[in-house]
Amino acid sequence: MDVNLMVEVTPLLIKAAWITIDISIRAIILGFGVACVLVFLRSLQIKPLQWFSRGYVSVIRGTPYFVQLLLVFYGGPTIGLTMDPFTCGVMVGAFNIGAYMSEAIRGALESVESGQNEASRSLGFGRLQTLTYVVLPQAAGLMIRSVGVLAIVLVKNSSLVSIISVVELTYQAQRLIGSTYKPFEIFTLTAVMYICIVYAVMGIVELAYRRATRYTTLVKRVQ
Amino acid sequence: MTIETKTDTPMVEIVNVHKKFGDLEVLKGINLTVPKGKIVSIIGSSGSGKSTLLRSVNHLEVIDDGVIRLDGVQVNRPDMKGLAFERHINHIRQNMGMVFQHFNLFPHLSTLDNVTLAPRKLKGMARKEAEELGREYLNRVGLADKADVYPSRLSGGQKQRVAIARALAMQPKVMLFDEATSALDPELVEEVNLVMRDLAKEHMTMLIVTHEMAFARDVSDWAMFMEGGVVVEEGTPDKFFSNPDHERTRNFLRKHLSSQH
Ligand SMILES: Nc1ncnc2c1ncn2[C@@H]1O[C@H](COP(=O)(O)OP(=O)(O)OP(=O)(O)O)[C@@H](O)[C@H]1O
Ligand SMILES: [Mg+2]
Repeated sequence: MDVNLMVEVTPLLIKAAWITIDISIRAIILGFGVACVLVFLRSLQIKPLQWFSRGYVSVIRGTPYFVQLLLVFYGGPTIGLTMDPFTCGVMVGAFNIGAYMSEAIRGALESVESGQNEASRSLGFGRLQTLTYVVLPQAAGLMIRSVGVLAIVLVKNSSLVSIISVVELTYQAQRLIGSTYKPFEIFTLTAVMYICIVYAVMGIVELAYRRATRYTTLVKRVQ
Repeated sequence: MTIETKTDTPMVEIVNVHKKFGDLEVLKGINLTVPKGKIVSIIGSSGSGKSTLLRSVNHLEVIDDGVIRLDGVQVNRPDMKGLAFERHINHIRQNMGMVFQHFNLFPHLSTLDNVTLAPRKLKGMARKEAEELGREYLNRVGLADKADVYPSRLSGGQKQRVAIARALAMQPKVMLFDEATSALDPELVEEVNLVMRDLAKEHMTMLIVTHEMAFARDVSDWAMFMEGGVVVEEGTPDKFFSNPDHERTRNFLRKHLSSQH
């Protein structure tokens, strides 16, 4: 094992890892927005909008992420949709994770028992107030956990955007192997970096989860 | 037959109310007037439509036909749509307290916050003022010392008392109780009944669905027996419980009095 080489390429890989993180964070934030819109459309009592939302989720879930990426990047220009690779990676990631997230969010909201909703409405709270003050605080824990799982999948899937030559972690690794012919060393390092990112995400998710569900363990109100 | 005297103003009016779930007609033309400050108990076997009627009063169930009024204002408004109706019903509901069989306290909020949430967010009350009010209501249900505790740490009876305090904090014109003590262990029933008796003394208008005949007899001004979505019999508790006119009422009461210890 060529340790010297590993030390030498590490800074380059770390730099590329930041691109992986960057692309993932953008996709998650944007994807959350997409998910909220999908959940909102689904919750309206307007059939065509519900169908759209459900249909969209079915299409995304029924096709591989890789194909979605290739379709948008190479097929997009045919319908006037031209993007640079990084933007394309973010957008496809966002619209992909958004579909899964919308299901996760809906599931979390529905996990709050209906009596909570009724109690809130009977006090005179409107739908939005009920969502804000009563349902969301109780759904937050489950929501954070399931969105966290999806975020991890997204981070790992982001290696696929190397195919459209975004210089993220996997692409950089392949490039370095092309010049050094040391796949074992370089892919090992790459794997370690993915693990670090994934565990960082898991840690953040766990902290957020504990914060959101703190009330279940609290005995007394903290002032 | 009616509880009204000439001077009584009706607080809740239920006029010819019909409700179907699919093909199942659950309310088949119910009429009831509850004068201000009076207490009406609704009894009847399981599935007779008691809960549906009570929930219709604050529009948790949407009735198909008939009229419901609170203090002269029509609650159901088939002529209103969308946001306009939302505003209307939210405003109406602020004047009605509802107590559920399973308490439905907000588990993510402390006892005090459960009570103050609605006054703060709906009436724009400042936190300090709301908390003073909240403590006062917790005190009235005997739980002043539990203000900072979370609902998961309370017994069933305590939870239900907090739920009552939460409803009272909005200073409603009427309180609706749907089997408030049915989910409680027998030894916890009395503490909740005591709170309800206190409310009765203060002349709170109340609509009570209950399976507790002795309590109903004791506390109410009027009793009503429902079966299959119709009112079979109603009257003053004395007459109703000791000498009902209808065979079906007698049968029901016999079953329920004998099953109570
Ligand atoms: N949301 C609903 N959808 C369909 N059917 C319903 C619904 N709610 C109630 N029902 C039916 O309506 C009938 C009356 O129900 P309701 O809950 O009003 O009875 P109840 O008198 O309160 O009974 P219990 O003493 O068991 O609480 C029952 O047959 C019930 O199954
Ligand atoms: Mg019922």
